[in-house]
Amino acid sequence: MHIPDGFLNVSVCAATGLAAVAGLGMSVSRSQAALGERTIPLMGITAAFIFAAQMINFPVAGGTSGHLLGGVLAAILLGPWAGALVIALVLVVQCFLFMDGGVLVLGANIFNMAIVGTLLSFLIYKALNRGIGHIPAAAVTAWLSVVLASGTCAVELGISGTVPMGLAIKAMLGWHIVIGIGEAIITCVVLGYVNAVRPDLITTRAEATT
Amino acid sequence: MTRKDILIGLGLALFVAIVLSPFASSSPDGLERVAEDHQFLDKATEKPLTPEVFPDYTIPGVENESFSTAIAGGIGTLILYFGGFGLAKLLASRRGHVSSQSGA
Repeated sequence: MHIPDGFLNVSVCAATGLAAVAGLGMSVSRSQAALGERTIPLMGITAAFIFAAQMINFPVAGGTSGHLLGGVLAAILLGPWAGALVIALVLVVQCFLFMDGGVLVLGANIFNMAIVGTLLSFLIYKALNRGIGHIPAAAVTAWLSVVLASGTCAVELGISGTVPMGLAIKAMLGWHIVIGIGEAIITCVVLGYVNAVRPDLITTRAEATT
Repeated sequence: MTRKDILIGLGLALFVAIVLSPFASSSPDGLERVAEDHQFLDKATEKPLTPEVFPDYTIPGVENESFSTAIAGGIGTLILYFGGFGLAKLLASRRGHVSSQSGA
């Protein structure tokens, strides 16, 4: 759901840009405490993997495709703050080197995917984790992260007057409710793999069990 | 993380970007589909505002599309590995010596 330039008006670009800067600034100051020697290379691998996985569009229904967002996956592996920074980094590189996502709307894309799809979604993961356990919580939250991010994207399109608000929300949620299933599957497969080979790398485990 | 863990992780990411990317669906994604269905796809700015380095995940001038995507994907994956690693190092160094092993 990388928004191209031209879809959002100037005020929406500015407002989401400010929100993105605020969220990332907070992530920079909070993530420092979470980064140990252990997580430094993991941040590189997570960024590399999410970029690569985002290239793989999987077909959903009726001639539409989706791809991984990766926010919940990054947050579970690195903690929410470093996770949000990784998603933002992927978006910045995609925007400036791969022409994927516009320059003026970069703030909106970061807000939707790194703030809503990662930081906010991780809060929900944390709450669910206590009740239903690690992998089911990851599956539900991964799905929800895509739905929520598509929802804020729809609201931005609506406020910009690009498409009527009601229509934008209905159409975006309609597709992303399906695309989110792919997000849940990929997130759980990767977490299952990491859990099998290096269970200690799941940053949130220690925190979640206390 | 050991050197072996890093090589396995980076190897998997490169495998996805280089080997799997040519098989990715070329259908529009959710947002593009909504833009098509509701006639606002043409609002997208046609001329990019920044220089086109790897337009649409390809290497300009490379004819074979799969090969072009695979190479662009591989380069991007390496950029993000070093970018993520560098960012983590920078963040960790800003708070002084790294010793914490705890989570967020």
